[in-house]
Amino acid sequence: MDSKSVRHILVRHEQGAGHAAEGYAAATGRVGVCMATSGPGATNLVTPIADAHMDSVPIVAITGQVGSSSIGTDAFQEADIRGITMPITKHNYLVTRAEDIPGAIKEAFHIASTGRPGPVLVDITKDALQSKTEFQWPTNVDLPGYKPTTKPHGRQIKEAARLIVESHRPVFYVGGGVIRSRAAAELRQLAELTGIPVVTTLMARGAFPDSHPQHMGMPGMHGSVGAVGALQQSDLLITLGARFDDRVTGKLDSFAPRAKVIHIDIDPAEIGKNREVDIPIVSDVREALLQLVPAVTAEFDAGRRADLTGWWRTLNHWRETYPLGYETPNDGTLSPQYVIERLGKIVGPDAIYASGVGQHQMWAAQFIGYEKPNTWLNSGGLGTMGYSVPAAMGAKVGMPDKTVWAIDGDGCFQMTNQELATCTINNIPIKVALINNSSLGMVRQWQSLFYNERYSNTDLHSHSFPDFVKLADAYGALGLRCDNAADVDATIEKAMGTNDVPVVVDFRVHRDAMVWPMVAAGTSNDEIKFARDLAPKWDRGDD
Amino acid sequence: MARHTLSVLVQDQPGVLARISALFSRRGYNIESLAVGVTETPGVSRMTIVVEVDQIALEQITKQLNKLINVLKIVELDDETAIARELMLIKVRADVNARSAVLQIVELFRAKVVDVGTDAVTVEATGSHDKLEALLEVLAPHGIKEIVQSGVVALGRGGRGIGDRALRSADKNA
Repeated sequence: MDSKSVRHILVRHEQGAGHAAEGYAAATGRVGVCMATSGPGATNLVTPIADAHMDSVPIVAITGQVGSSSIGTDAFQEADIRGITMPITKHNYLVTRAEDIPGAIKEAFHIASTGRPGPVLVDITKDALQSKTEFQWPTNVDLPGYKPTTKPHGRQIKEAARLIVESHRPVFYVGGGVIRSRAAAELRQLAELTGIPVVTTLMARGAFPDSHPQHMGMPGMHGSVGAVGALQQSDLLITLGARFDDRVTGKLDSFAPRAKVIHIDIDPAEIGKNREVDIPIVSDVREALLQLVPAVTAEFDAGRRADLTGWWRTLNHWRETYPLGYETPNDGTLSPQYVIERLGKIVGPDAIYASGVGQHQMWAAQFIGYEKPNTWLNSGGLGTMGYSVPAAMGAKVGMPDKTVWAIDGDGCFQMTNQELATCTINNIPIKVALINNSSLGMVRQWQSLFYNERYSNTDLHSHSFPDFVKLADAYGALGLRCDNAADVDATIEKAMGTNDVPVVVDFRVHRDAMVWPMVAAGTSNDEIKFARDLAPKWDRGDD
Repeated sequence: MARHTLSVLVQDQPGVLARISALFSRRGYNIESLAVGVTETPGVSRMTIVVEVDQIALEQITKQLNKLINVLKIVELDDETAIARELMLIKVRADVNARSAVLQIVELFRAKVVDVGTDAVTVEATGSHDKLEALLEVLAPHGIKEIVQSGVVALGRGGRGIGDRALRSADKNA
């Protein structure tokens, strides 16, 4: 690249570029950028673009296209990437004239980063890229069809405040929107003002400190009993930048059946999409929280405040009776949860953790304590295996002073680990905790639980091949291996002490470990099991 | 489930029709009828889209359409406050013996004959969905050889247009 002001990092696979842009954006809050050539280069970006669309990650993808006169002729490396990405971008462009490039780029960044963030693709034809034009950066964007509502309606805020102070079993149902709108401080202020419990979804881990006494943990299919119970038995869901995803609600018609709903979201289409709403508020969630604090204070000052003592007695009972935990295998093999728990303890809450998808992702969400926003990156909506290594790479580039750990599975890792070469060559020293159970663990768990232990095509043999230590070595990274609990701390510390090259730790773990608690797909959250065949007792008639 | 007519103002840009039809198929909704044409404002097209969905789905469709950057405004037009028309061309069998009977029907429906052959006539009819259905029903015994039909176009009654505000971007900024 000729430009001295733009840092370009040449990746090994376009999917890596896309996830790196996502990781950069998720860690910094700024727009991430990736580029690819036409045809297969562009189609290789499809997965990360779809991923960014599901998780509202602001990225701009720039793709080359065949010459404008060749469009539609099935020319060499021609793919209709604008058509292909229409349903998975917030917006996209096909630019055929050089003079239209600046306007499209300016609009792309504006659209990606405002309103509900998301991916924007700009496809530029070869002739537009090669012809000469007078550079003119547009002074403003004129998009008459795009005016996101960012400020809440005053009357709705008042009504929401009224409902909040009146409710006896309220809960803050916090989604990824709180992270995207940088509203963690405002959330904490309102939560502490009201004393209302908080649950943070998979996309919102870090939006509220895990160490905070009001934090009930993560809800959902693998959420804590306390968090799931808090939603199920609530009389008011204060929903902040969350979208009632099926992995959170379980069987929708039995989700939080007695709760009224305040839904604050910047995307009006999310409000009422899955769950009927009592008080809809279309707004940037931070703006809404800023106005809710004085509105709730005014209600308290007027003497309106419901007693939450009984609610907290119930919540604390669940929390004490059904804490997150795991069984240590008795055959001397390594427990994956233990590895992740120790990693969180030793590395601490200042680091950034980027996970892949599957069991290790759930354990990383459960057993690491997140205290700050933008420190937990993962593929929540699309569930993209292969996200972690390139996302960690992008995060490390955006936040070079932070320790960045990829927590990956042996399945995921083998989808995108070629970016270790990119990391080594470009001095991006990420660390990879490979939770190697030699199988596609989450699928295997379902096979164990629901398909009579019929382990069809989930054995990856990755305790034999590849040799991940040699692989790391081949890529110029430090490769370490650990297969027993006694060595875990020392291995993590060795990885922490190595900062000149990437590190890959092959943690060889027990393959039959399962993620608990679990709400089986398609069932009600009330049917949650905190261990195999063990359901919590909900009734406790003390409030 | 009920029929709903949406009037959608869009920026006249390449791909905008694809965006809209793709959104319907992606979200699992069926388009009953779609008509696109120019408006009084250069650069702005108007789509009339008819869908048969319940109220919740209609709200979701409207909200999702509104998220498209090229969509400027969406208004639902209902039967009482709007005029809806569709156009149909019908080629109906009409030899010398049947021709006068066919012509009589055409007259009754205030349609017109636009082409005559030895054994068939082509009828042009405009009107509401129900009127065209009724016309087809009475022509059917004569033998319908071919029909082609436009999508519905609809306009609100009274002096105001739906684009009065939407088309001036300055207004939306305010």
